[in-house]
Amino acid sequence: MSQARFLLRKLLVYAAAIMICAWILIPIVLIFMSAFADPHDYYDIKKVIPTNFTIENVKDLLITLGEWRAVLNSLVVALLTIAISFPIGLPAGYALAKYFFPGRDFFRLLIIGLRMFPVMVIGIPLATLYIRIGLSDTPVGVAIAHASLALPFVILITSSVFASIPRDYEEAGLIFGLSGFGVFSRITLPLALPGLAAAAIFVFVLSWNEVFVATILTLMNRTLPADVLVSVLEAPDPYKFAAAFIMILPAMAFVFIARRYLVTMWGIRLR
Amino acid sequence: MKPSSFFSLIKKGAEKRVLISKLTPYLLLIPTIIYITVLIGYPLAQGVILAFQDSHSHSLSLINFETLVKDPHFWEALKFTFLLAGIIIPIQVSLAIAVSLLLYTRFKGSSLVLYVFIIPLTLSDVSAALMWYNILTGNGYLNKLLMALGLIEKPLRFFGYAYRYMEVLAIVLAEVWRATAIVFVILFAGLQMIGRDYIEAADVFGATTFQKLRHVILPMLKPSLQVALVTRTLFALQVFGTVWILAGRDVPILAGEAFYWQTQILNYNVASAYALVIGVISILLGWLYFKFLKPEYLAGGGL
Repeated sequence: MSQARFLLRKLLVYAAAIMICAWILIPIVLIFMSAFADPHDYYDIKKVIPTNFTIENVKDLLITLGEWRAVLNSLVVALLTIAISFPIGLPAGYALAKYFFPGRDFFRLLIIGLRMFPVMVIGIPLATLYIRIGLSDTPVGVAIAHASLALPFVILITSSVFASIPRDYEEAGLIFGLSGFGVFSRITLPLALPGLAAAAIFVFVLSWNEVFVATILTLMNRTLPADVLVSVLEAPDPYKFAAAFIMILPAMAFVFIARRYLVTMWGIRLR
Repeated sequence: MKPSSFFSLIKKGAEKRVLISKLTPYLLLIPTIIYITVLIGYPLAQGVILAFQDSHSHSLSLINFETLVKDPHFWEALKFTFLLAGIIIPIQVSLAIAVSLLLYTRFKGSSLVLYVFIIPLTLSDVSAALMWYNILTGNGYLNKLLMALGLIEKPLRFFGYAYRYMEVLAIVLAEVWRATAIVFVILFAGLQMIGRDYIEAADVFGATTFQKLRHVILPMLKPSLQVALVTRTLFALQVFGTVWILAGRDVPILAGEAFYWQTQILNYNVASAYALVIGVISILLGWLYFKFLKPEYLAGGGL
């Protein structure tokens, strides 16, 4: 009896696990399929699963419609966002992780509050400000705004990365005569590097995906999501699917590479 | 050298070092504080001014808010923003609890399921919307499949103003698909912090699965649940990409109206008024949260 119950339980667990995976994976598989499906197959109402595949959709989108420029802009903006937000946020993350000082809790709460603050509130005034100072429609302008969004994440994530470096190692460094900065650059930083790389990937994805601010701050030099929202939405369906494919590819690749660190970044322990 | 002056020298050095180490954290925070002041504080102040400025005369007035209140789209946007949050968040939270509990049992292959389930964490609202458009549109997989099976004669219509409640359904599907993972990582991290001892103790006393869930797991999960609810509620006010792709202005939402006034009407003042409404509602909800819950829980993970 208990043997049967055990088996039934196991069966239910695996059935649920398969359903969860199907729920997540099927839309991804289908968008990949549509991105490469022959448009004739897509418009043929009788053809459920496309059988003829082509790279024309993706090629046309990137080259004929010139979407490669948006992809390039997205890359530049995402890298600039990392370049701006890390030098600024990293020291603050370190301070939160390694020092106890009056005002620390207040600062932490401020950062947590900012993390949830609506982007529209700063995005719209930035658009008028940028017109005045000539940053309108530039990747730098979008990156500066994205860095504002990314900064709270950079601070909180790097602070948890630094906090996870054992104090003993740093004290050992001090005993052997390293200066405070020496301890940071020779012991803490190398140990924190993988976690910081995961944080950088996270910021890259955050900027790569952001659409509201990117759209209102640009006109010609749009990032990929911004251009999808404005122009690709007017294009025939197969181009939309090709655009979605290009958008999700780097994000998924990055997550695959950094999955262990990304998971622990949210505080999840892998056995 | 007299011994006393030697000691005072050491003392002086030590005092200097203490002073430096006291100042260090503040020095480290300076770049962040400058950035926040210039690139968040200043635009924020500008935004408030814009919202209270007449777009023609540039004098201070309440005209933008008058425009808002008189515009039926504003009330619809308010309605749909809260309606979507009210539908999406409970589904996300219950689904995330179910998946967390399932993965907590640590069956063979559970970390694979975990990795699969968090894939949408990195996908944008725009791409998630396009994925569901791909499935639900007239030539989409769902319609073709149902027709091939002979279950329907004509394609089910999900898009267009006449089908706006089907559009709401599509938005709900896309948002549940995409953002449940965000709730999940918060809850699962919280669940892992509950010692297995508590659950084993409940086992020893012969608790049923339901009793364990009701009296041990859920109460201990409360802090994480609060974090998840608050973050999702505040982000629900900013929902934009999914709705704009799937429904445009058929299903008006606050962020979408701000976007519309900014990019189509080119009236930055009314757009700012919308942004301010979102900001004020966020602050109000945040304030309610600080009043009724303990804020230190927020320090944990999550988006």
